[in-house]
Amino acid sequence: MNTLHTVNKSPFERNSLSSCLRLAAAESSILLFEDGIYAALQGTDFSETIQTALAKHSVYVLLPDLQARGMSLEQVIVGVQAVDYAGFVDLTSTHYPIQAWL
Amino acid sequence: MKFAILVNEGAYQHQASDSAFQFVKAALEKGHEIFRVFFYHDGVYNASRLSVPPQDDRNINKRWSELAQQHQVDLVVCIAAAQRRGILDAAEAKRQGKDADNLAEGFRISGLGQLIEASIEADRLMVFGD
Amino acid sequence: MGVTKKLLYLNRKAPHGSIYAQEALEVVLIGSAFEQDISLAFVDDGVYQLKKQQDTKATGMKNFSPTYRALDDYDVNKLYVEQESLTARGLKVEDLIVPVQVLSSAELAALMATQDVVFSF
Repeated sequence: MNTLHTVNKSPFERNSLSSCLRLAAAESSILLFEDGIYAALQGTDFSETIQTALAKHSVYVLLPDLQARGMSLEQVIVGVQAVDYAGFVDLTSTHYPIQAWL
Repeated sequence: MKFAILVNEGAYQHQASDSAFQFVKAALEKGHEIFRVFFYHDGVYNASRLSVPPQDDRNINKRWSELAQQHQVDLVVCIAAAQRRGILDAAEAKRQGKDADNLAEGFRISGLGQLIEASIEADRLMVFGD
Repeated sequence: MGVTKKLLYLNRKAPHGSIYAQEALEVVLIGSAFEQDISLAFVDDGVYQLKKQQDTKATGMKNFSPTYRALDDYDVNKLYVEQESLTARGLKVEDLIVPVQVLSSAELAALMATQDVVFSF
């Protein structure tokens, strides 16, 4: 199975997302949650980074964390899939291992 | 599936404890098993019995205690990290000559071996931190 | 225990500015008793954990860097450092306190993809 990488920090605050993308094997998936959701939004300096990443990875964003931060699904980059906590759990069943980028 | 959960941060300071809790809750609702939740680094602060958060907000520490009670989830606090940060159960407090203990209901203090064991026994290790 | 898993300890933070590096090492030492297939990866500021000549006297903090040298005694000897993280920080392998295997990002990515459990701190 492919790895599920989890990124919980904003790309503007930490290099966690960029390091994750540099070291994520092709076909692995990425879940953006907590402050990591900011990377999932259109119109930021990181949007292109995610768009490029979508060619190699499935990218997910945790909806509760988007909503908590006042962002909506409409603002999410096309191709990034929103999941709730149940969806997060489901992702862990289809990926192995789970790798956290803090 | 069997999950091992590692919580690296204390209640409120970072979202880690909240995220871990929501994940665990969702996993249990789906019929999965939580093998163990291990609290390390500042995560040990989740186990303080003395937390009195404002009434209009979630009570993180209590929430973990209730989870342990309702679902028999094994909540383990690392002894070394706990000692450093002043989280003691009655036995530890007595052993260390301290005049108080503060471990909340549902948590137990043990060694790092419990984290390693959980990572080996479980199907997945989830890490929540900063 | 019967099962042997590949455990990876992912270190990305600098030493001393936070306790993660030091407490991560404690997990590695305890974990070494479980006869698993252990690897340590040092990425981003994690490479600074291995810098030689750390002298913490004036800060009043503990210098735990000698512990990296003791890892070999615990049969923990698969230490990997990312080339790009070293280069970005102007570090060379000679600057490090222990022998390590320097991997390119691609090589490290491939190694990470083979692991069963990843500990992040």
